[in-house]
Amino acid sequence: MLIEVKNLEKIYTDEDVETPALRGVSFSIKEGEFVAVTGPSGSGKSTLLHILGFLDSLTKGEYLFENKNIDDFSPREIARVRNKKMGFVFQMFNLLRRTTVLENVKLPLLYSGVKEALWNDLALKAIEAVGLSHRIDHHPSQLSGGEQQRAAIARALVNNPQVIFADEPTGNLDSKAGQMIMELFQKLNEEGHHTIILITHETYTAQQAKRIIRLRDGKIESDEITNHRLRADHFSK
Amino acid sequence: MTLKYYFKTASIGLGTYKSRTALTILGIVIGITAIILILSLGKGAQNLILSQIQSIGPKVIAIMPGRQPKGPTDILSTFTDSLKQRDLDALSNKSNVPHLETIMPVVFGSATAVYGSETFQPTILGVTDYFSQIYGIYPDEGRLFTDDEVKSYADVAIIGSKVKTELFGNDEALNQKIKIKGRNFKVIGILSKKGQVSFLNFDEAAFIPYTTAQQYIFGIKYFNRIVVDVDDAKNVLTTVEDITITLRNSHGITDPSKDDFFIQTSEQAMQIVGSITSVLTLFLVAVAAISLLVGGVGIMNIMLVSVTERTREIGLRKALGATEKDVLMQFLLEAIILTTIGGIIGIILGASLSFITSVVLSKVAALNWEFSFPVGGAFLGLGVSALVGLIFGLYPARQASFKSPMEALRYE
Repeated sequence: MLIEVKNLEKIYTDEDVETPALRGVSFSIKEGEFVAVTGPSGSGKSTLLHILGFLDSLTKGEYLFENKNIDDFSPREIARVRNKKMGFVFQMFNLLRRTTVLENVKLPLLYSGVKEALWNDLALKAIEAVGLSHRIDHHPSQLSGGEQQRAAIARALVNNPQVIFADEPTGNLDSKAGQMIMELFQKLNEEGHHTIILITHETYTAQQAKRIIRLRDGKIESDEITNHRLRADHFSK
Repeated sequence: MTLKYYFKTASIGLGTYKSRTALTILGIVIGITAIILILSLGKGAQNLILSQIQSIGPKVIAIMPGRQPKGPTDILSTFTDSLKQRDLDALSNKSNVPHLETIMPVVFGSATAVYGSETFQPTILGVTDYFSQIYGIYPDEGRLFTDDEVKSYADVAIIGSKVKTELFGNDEALNQKIKIKGRNFKVIGILSKKGQVSFLNFDEAAFIPYTTAQQYIFGIKYFNRIVVDVDDAKNVLTTVEDITITLRNSHGITDPSKDDFFIQTSEQAMQIVGSITSVLTLFLVAVAAISLLVGGVGIMNIMLVSVTERTREIGLRKALGATEKDVLMQFLLEAIILTTIGGIIGIILGASLSFITSVVLSKVAALNWEFSFPVGGAFLGLGVSALVGLIFGLYPARQASFKSPMEALRYE
């Protein structure tokens, strides 16, 4: 099992006021799945993604990544898992300004221990996979929103991770650019065999995943295989 | 991550905020510039004074009245009139001071010299013709005093080049009469341009026989100084001993702590000058170092702002696999690179300013000033500036490394 959570709870404490974000969430995700986590704002979906992505700590419950309890990872191992096994795609893209697409995509390689001689080829391969080869020397400010998100996906791909976490990846894009991103995720899932866990509040975006987990008030409302799964290219054509 | 990439990442970070980077290092630049400038000028001044003392020669001994000043109260209690004619006679006696080759008493002061309607206030030095040999200065025109002129209280003067132009302009000065304290002095020699030597500007001086100076100009019976030339440099120490014994006898002193004179050799003078300039330089460097401290605090301040501003970048790097150490090294190296660049600019700037100063001093003030680049000071400056970066960069860098990736990514 790639990911397994049992009775996961997360409580934010701010000046002694406790705000529960997750109240007992359990599910598991196998390698190769394409899961959309959806729900209204405040349902705890972002918190869940951050915990799954080793970016935030949990308050109660258990989280096993590749059958290993999160408590058993040292800080060094956590950094290593984030670098090698996980890829992150954010709503705000989070590309470094005044740095080219190529350099941005290389960023995870800096921390990877991969030989420097291989960096260029790996980065170019990832950029090619997202169809941005004609933009490698551009700065983020010279790219459209869709192109910036594709650069960010290339960065998430460069270390060939098991799982890609995407936090509202289409939230800042117009519908056409958003569809191209969803098409890319489907392709990466089907052809590249990457597990994809995606957060969205848009129903039609969620319906392009293979499985939908609906959250409400920090609890799972439903967890089911997508019935009438939408093909992303259906929209863009 | 390899060191090379730590450097690269840090450089990119700095390059992104160019104008701020430049302003941030200004404090370090000023501090290092000041230190290099002071060290360089201090060395130049020391070399200048030492070369002047050296030019007087190692065989020359100066005897001064009073006690060697050791503190401010000593200066008050110095005797100024303890060296008299009988001392000169006693020292001139070969059986007292066998290695003495030449002896010259000196009296000095200031008086107004008049020629026609022109006046000038030269330093008046009462000497013998031997002054020319000691100070290595000879008349361009005319001649030195004769022994007879010294013995007979003659009214003759040898004047410095500036005294000549001030009083005579382009007119002929030789054999003209100038009036000092109501007496007419015949100009028998005009010195070549020499400039400042230790504490005396030879161009603004007039040399007359010491006898005349004592009797008619200053109205005194003592000498301000007695200068002795020893036959050989190796006999200097013995001669100092001989002079001390002779003068104590002459003054009836048995307790050495009651000496009313002191003796200085060139070597001693060089040591004293060396230690004075070293202490002075050190003091000024310490003052300049304060600006480095201020510069360091400035660096820390800006690094803290930078860390806050780049919170999202830090979060991103951590999300992509950077460890705490990676982030710490990135920001620490940014600070160190920043201050080291400041240090290098400061060294170049300080050395350039010192070089310009040396050119100005030798061209305008006619000093024999040589530019000296403080190699040790440059390395010190480089090391200190890197250290400032390390010390003042550590706190902001730690702040950066402790940020949780989630908090950092959420930061607006």
